[in-house]
Amino acid sequence: MSKEKLNSLKGWLYLLPAILFLGVFMVYPLIDVFVYSFEEGYNSASQTYFGVGSYNYSYVLHDTYFLQAVKNTFILVLITVPLSTGIALLISVALSSIKPLRNLFQTVYFLPYVTNTLAVGLVFMILFKKTAYSDGLVNLLINWFGGDSVDFIDGSYWAKMFVLCFYTIWVVMPFKILILTSALASVSQEYYNAARVDGTSKLRTFMRITLPMISPMIFYLVITGFIGAFKAYSDAVALFGTNLNAAEMNTIVGYVYDMLYGDSGGYPSYASAAAILLFAIVLTITCINLLISKKKVHY
Amino acid sequence: MEVTLQNLTKKFPSRDRKKREEVTAVSDFTFKIPDGKLIALLGPSGCGKSTTLNLISGLQKPTSGKIFFGEDDVTGLPPEKRGIGLVFQNYALYPHLTVQQNIMFPLENLKGKEKLTREKMLEKAQAAAKLVQIDELMERKPGELSGGQQQRVAIARALVKMPRVLLMDEPLSNLDARLRLQTREEIRRIQRETGITTIFVTHDQEEAMSISDMIVVMKEGVLQQIGRPQEVYDSPANLFVAKFLGTPPINVFRGQVRDGWLYLGTEAVLEAKGIGNREVYAGIRPEGFRLQKDGPFGCALRGVEVMGRDVSVICQSEASLDPQIRAIIDSESTVDPQAPVVRFGLNPRKVLLFDRETEERILEG
Repeated sequence: MSKEKLNSLKGWLYLLPAILFLGVFMVYPLIDVFVYSFEEGYNSASQTYFGVGSYNYSYVLHDTYFLQAVKNTFILVLITVPLSTGIALLISVALSSIKPLRNLFQTVYFLPYVTNTLAVGLVFMILFKKTAYSDGLVNLLINWFGGDSVDFIDGSYWAKMFVLCFYTIWVVMPFKILILTSALASVSQEYYNAARVDGTSKLRTFMRITLPMISPMIFYLVITGFIGAFKAYSDAVALFGTNLNAAEMNTIVGYVYDMLYGDSGGYPSYASAAAILLFAIVLTITCINLLISKKKVHY
Repeated sequence: MEVTLQNLTKKFPSRDRKKREEVTAVSDFTFKIPDGKLIALLGPSGCGKSTTLNLISGLQKPTSGKIFFGEDDVTGLPPEKRGIGLVFQNYALYPHLTVQQNIMFPLENLKGKEKLTREKMLEKAQAAAKLVQIDELMERKPGELSGGQQQRVAIARALVKMPRVLLMDEPLSNLDARLRLQTREEIRRIQRETGITTIFVTHDQEEAMSISDMIVVMKEGVLQQIGRPQEVYDSPANLFVAKFLGTPPINVFRGQVRDGWLYLGTEAVLEAKGIGNREVYAGIRPEGFRLQKDGPFGCALRGVEVMGRDVSVICQSEASLDPQIRAIIDSESTVDPQAPVVRFGLNPRKVLLFDRETEERILEG
C-alpha cells in the first residue's frame, strides 16, 4: 500500500468515532424525521402507518395553531434580531469608550447569560403579571406616568408579544455584547489614529471604519440570532406556561412539542412535517443572509 | 514648513502604581528643523523618538514645552488642525477600502469651504498615486498589495492633502532588506519632489545616514546630537553617538593620555597634542586602521574575513572593551592568517577620544 493511501486511511480512522457518533445521533434521526413526515398516521409504539404522501404537510399547513405559531415566530424573529443586535452594538460601543467601571458593567451585562431561563421568566412574571393583589411593577410605573394598567400576561396579543420580545432581547443580549466588545477591542488603535489625523468625524469613523471592521462578527450574530429566534420555545413557556396555544403565543418549536407530547399530542407525523417546514424556513433565511453578506461583509 | 520644538517634555505616569515616579519619554527638547528637509529621529528602542513624533503630530499632548510650525504655535491644536500627514509603522490602511478610497479618505473629510467636488478629489488622489507610482493599482484592496506597495499607498494617503509636515513612524521596518533599500530612495525622491518638510523615525542608523539631510540622535529621552549625517559620524558628541553610528561599529579601548601621547595598554599609539594627562576611552573606526609592519598598535590576530570589496581583520587586545576588534582594510593588502600578531598604523582623523567619566568627546588642542 502506498504511503499516501495509508495516510488517508489513517485520517479516516481518526475521524471514525466522530462520524459514527454524528451518524447515529444526528444524521440518522434527521433522515428519520424526513421519512416520518411523509408517513401518514405513524405510530411510534407499534411502528405502523397507514400510507405514504403529503397529507401531513397539508394538515399542518391548514392547522390554525400552526399558522399562529408561524406568525408568532416571524414577528419574534423580525423584532428581536435587529433590535437586540443594534442595542448590543450601542452598549458595546459605550462600554469600550469608558475606562472606569468598565469591568463592573461588563459583568452586569453578562449576568443574564448565566441565569436560568425559567428563573428569569419568573422574575418577568412578577414584573409584568397582574394579580388580585398588585398590577406588577411595570404597571406601577405606567400608572405613575398617568397610564392605565396593561395586562401583559393574559391580556391583548400585542401586550403579550411585547413581553415575549422584551424577554427574548434581554436574554440574548449578553452573548452579543460579549462578542461585540471583543470585536471592537480587536480593531487596531492605529486605524483610529489615522482617522483622527485626517480629521474624520466620530460618526464617520464609526460608520466607515469601525462598522466594516467588525462586520464579520455582526454578521455572525445576525445569522445565529435568526436561527436561535426561529427555534424559540422555552422563553414563551417561561412567561405564559405550557398551554401556549390557548395564550396565542405558541412558536413553531412549541407546536412540534405539542404535537409530540402535549395534551393534544401523540402525532409524530405532524410533528415531523412541522419540523421539516421549520428547517426549510431556517435554511432559506440563512441562504438569503449569506447572499447579502457576500456584498456587505468585509473579511 | 520650519518646525521648532521648544523645551518639549513628555512624562508618562509609571505603570507600577506603588511607585509614584514618572517616566520621562522626552526630556527638554529644543531644536529647529529647517524647511523642506528630510530629518531622521534616530535612537535605540525606548529612546522616545516615536513619542517625539506623536507630540509633533498632536496624537499626544506634551507635559510642557511648545511646538511651532513656522510662526504658528500648534501645541494646543488637535492633529487634524495641524496640517500634517502621518505614515504609520503598520501603514494603517483601511483593509475594506480600495487603494483609491483609502487615498481619497482624508479629502472626503473636508468640510465647508474646503469641500471638494468628486472630480477634484479623484484628480488629487490620482496625482498623489502617480507621485508614489501606484496609479495602476487604484482598484485593489490593501490585502492584495505587497508590503512596499502598501507603504506607497500610505504615503499617498498622507500626501493627498498636501500637508505642511509629513511624519513617518519607522517607515521601512516592515519591509525586507532589498525593498528597504529601494523604498528609502523612493522616500528621498518623493520628499525632494514635493519639498515637504519630512520627519521620520528610525532605529536603523544606516537608513538615517543614507537619506536624511539631518539626523537627530536620541537616547533615553535626551537629545544627544543634531547635524548632517557625515558631520555626526565624523565628529560625534559623545561615546554613545560614536557607538550608535557606523557599521561595523566603532572599536572602543581603555586608554590613557600621558605626556602628549595616547597609550593603549603599554603602547603609545598616537600623538595627542594639547590634551592633559587623563584616563580616556579611545574609539577607533574600523576604517581607521592600516597595515604597517612596524606600526605602533599591535594586537593578537584571530581571523581574516575577505568580503570581496574589502577585508576585515579580527583581532584581540587587552585594552579593548569588546572581546573583538574589527579593522577594515582594502582587499589589496594581504594579511598572513597564521601570524600571531598584526600591527597597525592609525589614521588620526578616525581616532576619537572620550572622557572616561562623562563619556563626552575630548577635542584636541
